[in-house]
Amino acid sequence: MTRKKDARDGLLISPIENGTVIDHITAGEALNVLRIIGITGTTTESISVATNVESKKMGTKDIVKIKNRELRKEEVDRIALIAPRASINIIRNYKVWEKKGVDIPDRVIGIVRCPNPGCISNTNEPIRSCFLVQKNGLRCLYCDWLITKDITSHII
Amino acid sequence: MRHIISVRDLSKEEIETILDDAAAIQSGSYDPSALRGKLLGLLFFEPSTRTRMSFAAAMARLGGDFLSMDSVEASSMAKGETLADTIRVVSGYVDAIVLRHPKEGAARLASEFARVPVINAGDGAGQHPSQTLLDLFTIRQSMPLEGIHVGLLGDLRYGRTAHSLAHALSLYNVTIHTITPKGLELPAGLAGELRDAGTEVVEHDDISTCVRDLDVLYVTRIQRERFPDAASYFKVASSYRVTPELLSGTRDHFIVLHPLPRVDEIDPRVDSLPCARYFEQSANGIPVRMAMLLRVMG
Repeated sequence: MTRKKDARDGLLISPIENGTVIDHITAGEALNVLRIIGITGTTTESISVATNVESKKMGTKDIVKIKNRELRKEEVDRIALIAPRASINIIRNYKVWEKKGVDIPDRVIGIVRCPNPGCISNTNEPIRSCFLVQKNGLRCLYCDWLITKDITSHII
Repeated sequence: MRHIISVRDLSKEEIETILDDAAAIQSGSYDPSALRGKLLGLLFFEPSTRTRMSFAAAMARLGGDFLSMDSVEASSMAKGETLADTIRVVSGYVDAIVLRHPKEGAARLASEFARVPVINAGDGAGQHPSQTLLDLFTIRQSMPLEGIHVGLLGDLRYGRTAHSLAHALSLYNVTIHTITPKGLELPAGLAGELRDAGTEVVEHDDISTCVRDLDVLYVTRIQRERFPDAASYFKVASSYRVTPELLSGTRDHFIVLHPLPRVDEIDPRVDSLPCARYFEQSANGIPVRMAMLLRVMG
């Protein structure tokens, strides 16, 4: 017999009519997820963020809900860099219209700054940073610098 | 359109093809008018003697001509022009570009904006594929590349020639011995990558402990220009020197290489030993660069 949902459990974030719910984000990475998908303090989306939420699958997790915006596939895949277990739910009329995981992209463009101060991508040339996603980390397309850890701190 | 930006872009088969072509060229088997009517742009934003002159000589030997831009001060870069714009302009004048630049990744950027093939002639502390190919060519003249022990001595932190060579050697079943002053070790990322590729990497801090186990000793200069300040340079300068005494008892086919220029890391008395191959190595730049030019423009 399943336990009847206790009102005290409450709803941490209210449901949205239309938009995207990003669930199973690695705990503590929600704000970086927003940066990766280009949501900053100056954008107009209505956002709800929950961090360190209890999760049976992950222990703790973060959740992000974005009202009235459906994330595109390439936006979603960037999230895999810092939250490889994230799942994306596209919501229409309060129902989950589509549910998908994230796939790690072959390359990430304009998201991560090369830590190599001598790299041409850190100058005023008309290019965007570009990293090839390899099994041992992110490799700068230009200077070959390999980022093996702490990718978050290099996000532009 | 084929660029040559990094040894990472070349498969083992492509490397072997270029080395075979270079060997044929060296034995006189080439068409001296193969590139007649073609123009090569030499864009050198850093000082260079061997690389610039050998590309110019290689082009001339194939019947082609070249335009040369030898300093930032003499170019529109001094007016603030981006490298991207310089490349777009120059690629309207020539049939291929050879680029030397102080920023790492400059050649990759150039290949994105050029309408003609780009050959990387060294970018910062990054890649220098033509040097690596002539290094491999010189080793292969003395012994097979498979299964050998190669010592890399000197500045392996900033030394782009050693980085490129180590990567290329990882395509062969070699053991790499790194011998470095403290602080100038091979970058951890590259060392890890070599090991991931199955290459055994053995670290040493004293050349005398391993020189008799080597087939090749690749000596590099400590590059003063790559250090952030003079103090950190002088801390490691003159910390090693290859002498005839050091090389006594080495293997029969053992050879010493150096990309040149040298400062004081190889005693001039070594020059007359049969193992000293660095001047032949430098001369090998011509057939190897001829093979590269034919590959991108032929």
